[in-house]
Amino acid sequence: MADPTTTPAAPVQAETGTGAVAAVRRRRRYSLLTRHDKLILTLMVGIPLALDLILIWAPAVASVGISFTNWSGIGPITSDNFVGVRNYQVLFGSYIFFRPALAHNLIWLAFLTIIATPFGMFLAVLLDREMRGTRIYQSIFFLPVVLALVVVGFIWELQYAPQEGFINNALGLTRGGHIIDWLGNPRINLYAALVAASWRHVGYIMVLYLAGLKSVDPTLREAAAIDGANQRQTFFRVVFPVMAPINVIIVVVTIIESLRAFDIAYIINRGKNGLELLSTLITNNSISEASLVGFGSAIAVVLLVISLVPIILYLSRVMRNMTA
Amino acid sequence: MGYLDLTRRDVLKIGGYASVAAFLAACSRAGGGTSSSTSSGPGTASVGSNQSDTSATGGPRKGMADVTAAYQQATGDTLKVNTVDHGTFQDQISSYLQGTPEDTFTWFSGHRMRFFAAQGLATPVDDVWNKVKGNFTGAFAEAVKGDDGHVYGIPVDYYPWAVFYRKSVFQQHNYQIPTNWDDFKALCMQMKKDGLVPIAIADKDGWPAQGTFDILNLRLNGYDFHVNLLNGKQKWTDSKVTNVFKKWAEITPFYNDGAAGMKWQEGADLLIQKKAGMTVIGLFISQQFQASDVSDLDFFPFPAMGTQYDAEKALDAPIDVMMMSKRSPTLSADMAAAKRYLEFWAKGSTQVLMYHSAPGFIPAASDADASSFDALTKKAVQIVSQAKRITQYFDRDSRPDYAGPNGMQQFLLNFLANPSANPSNLQNTMQQFWDSLPPEK
Repeated sequence: MADPTTTPAAPVQAETGTGAVAAVRRRRRYSLLTRHDKLILTLMVGIPLALDLILIWAPAVASVGISFTNWSGIGPITSDNFVGVRNYQVLFGSYIFFRPALAHNLIWLAFLTIIATPFGMFLAVLLDREMRGTRIYQSIFFLPVVLALVVVGFIWELQYAPQEGFINNALGLTRGGHIIDWLGNPRINLYAALVAASWRHVGYIMVLYLAGLKSVDPTLREAAAIDGANQRQTFFRVVFPVMAPINVIIVVVTIIESLRAFDIAYIINRGKNGLELLSTLITNNSISEASLVGFGSAIAVVLLVISLVPIILYLSRVMRNMTA
Repeated sequence: MGYLDLTRRDVLKIGGYASVAAFLAACSRAGGGTSSSTSSGPGTASVGSNQSDTSATGGPRKGMADVTAAYQQATGDTLKVNTVDHGTFQDQISSYLQGTPEDTFTWFSGHRMRFFAAQGLATPVDDVWNKVKGNFTGAFAEAVKGDDGHVYGIPVDYYPWAVFYRKSVFQQHNYQIPTNWDDFKALCMQMKKDGLVPIAIADKDGWPAQGTFDILNLRLNGYDFHVNLLNGKQKWTDSKVTNVFKKWAEITPFYNDGAAGMKWQEGADLLIQKKAGMTVIGLFISQQFQASDVSDLDFFPFPAMGTQYDAEKALDAPIDVMMMSKRSPTLSADMAAAKRYLEFWAKGSTQVLMYHSAPGFIPAASDADASSFDALTKKAVQIVSQAKRITQYFDRDSRPDYAGPNGMQQFLLNFLANPSANPSNLQNTMQQFWDSLPPEK
């Protein structure tokens, strides 16, 4: 209480706080930040936080709530709508489209992780070597990334169309009468869709990785060369470990792309007949005419839980680095 | 402590709410539009339209624009048209009708109309109907009634499903129109020998195959069984359904390859290019033909199957309607104009205006000037009027969560992928899926 203070909180403080405890507390309140700074900080933290809560957390929590109802999306939710875990029982028990969808998401993840992402990294390493025309190649590989996935879906639909598509006609299959049904055969259409998705994904990864490679200190490579390392050893033993932060981003990007896979499958056939994905099941059940919002939300919750695994792994890694 | 902090946070919160509220208000204003009409003089009305398609003849989109111009000229009202892609409109109909819809909207009769009427998302239009009902036959009057007996739509057009073919191809090979199942199969056999795909089918979108299911079920098991099956009063495991799949499997060898990867337009192209002999589809296939070519297009009713139900001459002839929404923010102000707009649609002249741009859809009004119809349309009118039973199409007659992509569409794709397999597994899956759906309210 001894020092009169100029902070705006002072009068309040003077009324409520008495004695030594208050004095200690008040002394702690001295900070390098002025009132103006605090206001700015509050706004800078508060607005994104509010948006985050309103636009992301509130709908997510609401989805979890709705997943325990049989709400049709029309009118208010009443206590009659609550059906307990029935949606989940149906989903895990008898819903025939759930297992294929889950499997297709996992195949999507595996394909991008094992084939598309390493290929994008490989292109980046090649283009990093200042070969002739590197910018032209970069532009070509990056071009699909500029396109919306919906457009990518349309483009590939035209390539794959059984009777009128480019591929079957170029291979002469339409004349022989042994056409390949790229989009309609449930054994292969997932991979056809994955080629389309990878066409874009490879360019995306390439650009990310190329940016990372450019930022690697060239003296590291020189030192490795002086030590007698060959290209391969230089990359795997020196450059790759230095690129750890970029590598993490690329892993995260790949996982996110796999979990949110939707557009191409939906454009092709609304996610049926071999192209079921968790995201298309959510859409077909809750947003479409089907009006099974409660059931669709249960699928969304499953997708949320799956998404939490890589997010938690990523965050725990980032936070470990911060505390270390 | 922290009293001030709290107020600051409160201020922020209030500010946040206020801005969200302002944002929402701005959105709804943008969606709703303003109007200040009285019940007499010219007013404003709005329509949410799914007539987004264009074609060689102009297509429904142009037809809609022509009708709008004619309506505005005739009544002095101002009409705002919000055109949304046909498929998107359908997918979002539920949230659209609950949000800030236009005063009136384009939709389908059948289960799809009754569902939204029962949910209280459509306004009954009995008074408009009472003025115009003399202009429609009894079949239309039945089709626009909701579960509560009120009228919810004005019939705008309809189109039958049948077996389409090119006259020139039939002439060239001297084919005869088959009237029964055996002749039909014999014709398919002959076409195959002649190097044609006997029956074109394209089922990537999932709904085209439902047309063949409908007609086979109607012919083999009758209208009553069909309707009850689609409403859950009969079981999918019934041996009558087995019979449908068994009969269907007799013609699947005559289908083209790649059906599951083709859109209906690609299937139509096989017919247009004279690679295929026939296809089972709706009259809207005529849109896909060039104007100079469309006179070569013809059709015949699906052949008789030798059952007592052949006499019903039943067929799918979906009816499109114009409806009035419930939640439109402008509806109370626009009511008089919106009703005038619906009334305008009930005129034959309006529907014929639409028909000129979209000849695959037949005007529903009795006073529509049939002399302007082409031969194909006249024939289509005839087979529908001869039908004793008319259905709306699988996905308009059954519940949408059953008929959709992760449902009946998939089941029929499964059947088409392996038609010779014993259908009992598939039928069990179909019934199991039906049973897993929540009860309909």
